[in-house]
Amino acid sequence: MLDIFSYPFMQRALLAAFFTGLAAPAVGTYIVQRRLALLGDGIGHVAVTGVALGLLTGIAPTWTAVTVAVLGAVLIEIIRERGHTNGDVALALLFYGGLAGGVLLTGLGGQSAARLQEYLFGSITTISVGDVWVTMAFAAVVILIGVGLAPQLFAVAQDEEFARVAGLNVRAYNLLVAVLAAVSVTIAMRTVGLLLVSALMVVPVATSQQLTRSFRTTLGAAMVLGMVASVGGLSLSALAPAGTRVAPGSTIVLLSLAGFVVTWPLGAWLRRRQLQRAPFPALPPDETATPHDAAQHDHDHGPACGHAAIPHGDHVDYVHDGHRHAPHEQHYDEH
Amino acid sequence: MSVTPLHLTDGAVAIGGRPVLRGIDLRVESGEFVALMGANGSGKTTLVRALTGLRPLTSGTVELFGTDLRHFHDWQRVGYVPQRLGAATGVPASVWEVVASGRLTRRRLLRPLSRADRSAIQDALEVVDLADRGRDGVSQLSGGQQQRVLIARALAGEPELLFLDEPTAGVDLPNQLALTAALGELASRGATIVLVAHELGPLAGLVGRAVVMRDGRVAYDGAPLADHQVHDPRFAETHLHHHHTDGHALRHDHSPHVASPLEGGR
Ligand SMILES: Nc1ncnc2c1ncn2[C@@H]1O[C@H](COP(=O)(O)OP(=O)(O)OP(=O)(O)O)[C@@H](O)[C@H]1O
Ligand SMILES: [Mg+2]
Ligand SMILES: [Zn+2]
Ligand SMILES: [Zn+2]
Ligand SMILES: [Zn+2]
Ligand SMILES: [Zn+2]
Repeated sequence: MLDIFSYPFMQRALLAAFFTGLAAPAVGTYIVQRRLALLGDGIGHVAVTGVALGLLTGIAPTWTAVTVAVLGAVLIEIIRERGHTNGDVALALLFYGGLAGGVLLTGLGGQSAARLQEYLFGSITTISVGDVWVTMAFAAVVILIGVGLAPQLFAVAQDEEFARVAGLNVRAYNLLVAVLAAVSVTIAMRTVGLLLVSALMVVPVATSQQLTRSFRTTLGAAMVLGMVASVGGLSLSALAPAGTRVAPGSTIVLLSLAGFVVTWPLGAWLRRRQLQRAPFPALPPDETATPHDAAQHDHDHGPACGHAAIPHGDHVDYVHDGHRHAPHEQHYDEH
Repeated sequence: MSVTPLHLTDGAVAIGGRPVLRGIDLRVESGEFVALMGANGSGKTTLVRALTGLRPLTSGTVELFGTDLRHFHDWQRVGYVPQRLGAATGVPASVWEVVASGRLTRRRLLRPLSRADRSAIQDALEVVDLADRGRDGVSQLSGGQQQRVLIARALAGEPELLFLDEPTAGVDLPNQLALTAALGELASRGATIVLVAHELGPLAGLVGRAVVMRDGRVAYDGAPLADHQVHDPRFAETHLHHHHTDGHALRHDHSPHVASPLEGGR
């Protein structure tokens, strides 16, 4: 069964998945930071028309898709920047128009819906050598820009006005992110597919920020998670039982979501623990608080007693049942 | 050296067609420490935003260091502390990262942080007493601590002209004292500082000139005022009807507020 990994088409698909998995979250982090999580989804819908245009005209769909996706992304960014009250409605119109246009053009071109489906949900067997090269090149550009310009892109997304006073060309950076998103959507369409690509941009970021407190680690971890989900999901879809065909998009996204579901409780636990362990400010203790009766304890607090021991200035406080206690002579002081 | 850092001539700003600032002339010389005061809604924030290019002027010109704002590119000379941190973003950011973004004006593209960058960031964190919180997420800090992060971000850029919009609102006295020391240090190095404040507190000792806004105009420009003088009825916007009964005040500031959340906001 593992023979499948020795087929050249599978190796091509794995390579494409590897690069796509790294690139999509690299852009996705900035998109999530700006609270535009659905931007990738919108671009994906618009790109459907691009693919259909390629199928209709016989031009490689990768090129028509990337062109239409970039145009769509720029248009979306302009609508967003104008801040029209009906901006979200305008975006919705664009999304549906893109999807409907794609289905119409595919029909007119006499192509079967199955052909379009390969681009909507990904496909293992149809990735050509040329596709792999294009994917790798585009992904490399996206990763280099996403990581190399991280300080600038971070500042613009974090506080647009401050970035402007710092002399950054905010509009150019915002357009750059939109274009990078369009490029990521296009390269991801061969593996996860246009309708699920947004998940690969957003879910790894959501997962990694369960465990991180800084932007850099969120970005790095999201890229690793995206890559693992992408390669892992593709392999899973290839291992589907004989006679069935599972689109890799579904397995990639489900694997990615599984990662989120697993990390969620872990993140909640880590945040809680970290909050508990943070030292208390080293203020002099409040002498007016009533001392805690040692009789209320069945043990002496100590490093091994299991209660949270938290540094407090020159001593340690123990936290239990809503109290903060520090040993003092024969009793515990309430701090 | 003595090029005028800030010069606004006949500045006016309208938001959504409604005049907010009118006929403002403001010239700040190198090394001056100006306190910009006035009632809520008198236009202090709008003025600072106009001076930093965030809010376009409807008429008049701003010159920064002798260059018209539209052609000004020397942004590493300018620092800005906004009135409040923008809405939380969708991805965590550490205190250190936010402060480090204040250093961007001095960094070239695709270059790692230099030693000077790192020490400026560290110094800025120490000034606001957050050096040990560098790795914490900004969203986990209290409001006053977040305000201090914004101050550190501006200080990290080592600006020559620094705008601060109510930097001490919500900041406790020890930290106000620390900020006073830091601004005093910056001023002694020749920096020009424009500070918006309602209560100067410990900063009063540094201020060399007060500008009081009233209803979008400069009502007073001269020697520093004691806190209570700023609340002089002549400068106050509210309670006008207690002091004027000539009917003139009735026309004042009752135009309907026309703004949807997305309109005129940028
Ligand atoms: N984005 C905006 N849209 C509409 N009106 C605005 C906007 N920003 C400011 N204004 C109006 O401009 C006037 C001046 O506001 P500004 O924020 O400059 O006051 P301020 O002096 O900074 O007040 P505060 O002491 O409360 O910070 C107010 O009447 C306000 O309603
Ligand atoms: Mg204000
Ligand atoms: Zn115990
Ligand atoms: Zn204690
Ligand atoms: Zn106890
Ligand atoms: Zn005691």
